[in-house]
Amino acid sequence: MDRVPVLKIGEILLVSIQIDLDDQTALQLQEDLSDRIVETGAHGVVIDISALEIVDSFIGRMLSTIAAVSRVLDAETVVVGMRPAVAITLVELGLSLNGVRTALNVDKALEILAEAKQVRGVGVLTVRGSDDVPL
Amino acid sequence: MTELEEPQRLPIADDKDVVRVRQAVRVIALAAKLPLVDQTKLVTAASELARNTLIHGGGGHALVGQVHNGRRAGVRAEFVDTGPGIADLDLAFTDGYTTGSGLGLGLSGSRRLVDEFEIVTAAGEGTRITVTKWAR
Ligand SMILES: Nc1ncnc2c1ncn2[C@@H]1O[C@H](COP(=O)(O)OP(=O)(O)O)[C@@H](O)[C@H]1O
Ligand SMILES: [Mg+2]
Repeated sequence: MDRVPVLKIGEILLVSIQIDLDDQTALQLQEDLSDRIVETGAHGVVIDISALEIVDSFIGRMLSTIAAVSRVLDAETVVVGMRPAVAITLVELGLSLNGVRTALNVDKALEILAEAKQVRGVGVLTVRGSDDVPL
Repeated sequence: MTELEEPQRLPIADDKDVVRVRQAVRVIALAAKLPLVDQTKLVTAASELARNTLIHGGGGHALVGQVHNGRRAGVRAEFVDTGPGIADLDLAFTDGYTTGSGLGLGLSGSRRLVDEFEIVTAAGEGTRITVTKWAR
């Protein structure tokens, strides 16, 4: 089965979806991410969907579920890189991506997560090793 | 109705088949020169309908290909199953209505995403849904 890799960069988990997700692989990613949040104590999750040509109701629900589950596990999720054509289609499909924070790119997502962490009074985010990762 | 030209017949028996159907639809949409947003809408609708064929219809197949209306090109996809059929269409097309665990947006949403939407179904008779998107 296909598996989407989950990278840990400092206190952030980064997922870049580079394949056309079948439903089983999407559910597996949902599970893998919850496990990794608990394992690593990550306070943020960034999901890069810039390679996704469509987001249908199943993938949309996966994104909402990941956002909700991560929040319960004390981590914030930000989805980045949605293509304009995908955004237009989502609206017409009727999908609202409830509770999902979005940002235009990974840099913006990291800013949002750094702020979220400060608001919670935990301190300032440092992203170790981010230079080595092609974002 | 205009004829489906050189249709491809694709089985819908598992998750991977749903991915194959949307990839095939994208290739045809590119060949028919649909604008990017329309390609995206059609492929998204195809993904929803293929999943319904699999989950609710118990599996079936898709027929995909180009159509022409005079000089205008379009892309058509048909989704066919011999499952339980849909007894109450008004209910099934209500946003958020599901008999399963989905979001209930597949039927209503995909109808909004295409130019033509035709459904033939009855309780116990299976379901056939045909959608078409025309190049501008
Ligand atoms: N091919 C089909 N065969 C039988 N029932 C179907 C089929 N497609 C859709 N339905 C019925 O219509 C309902 C709504 O479908 P849809 O809008 O795609 O939502 P979802 O798939 O999330 O349930 C389904 O829950 C199911 O009861
Ligand atoms: Mg559906």
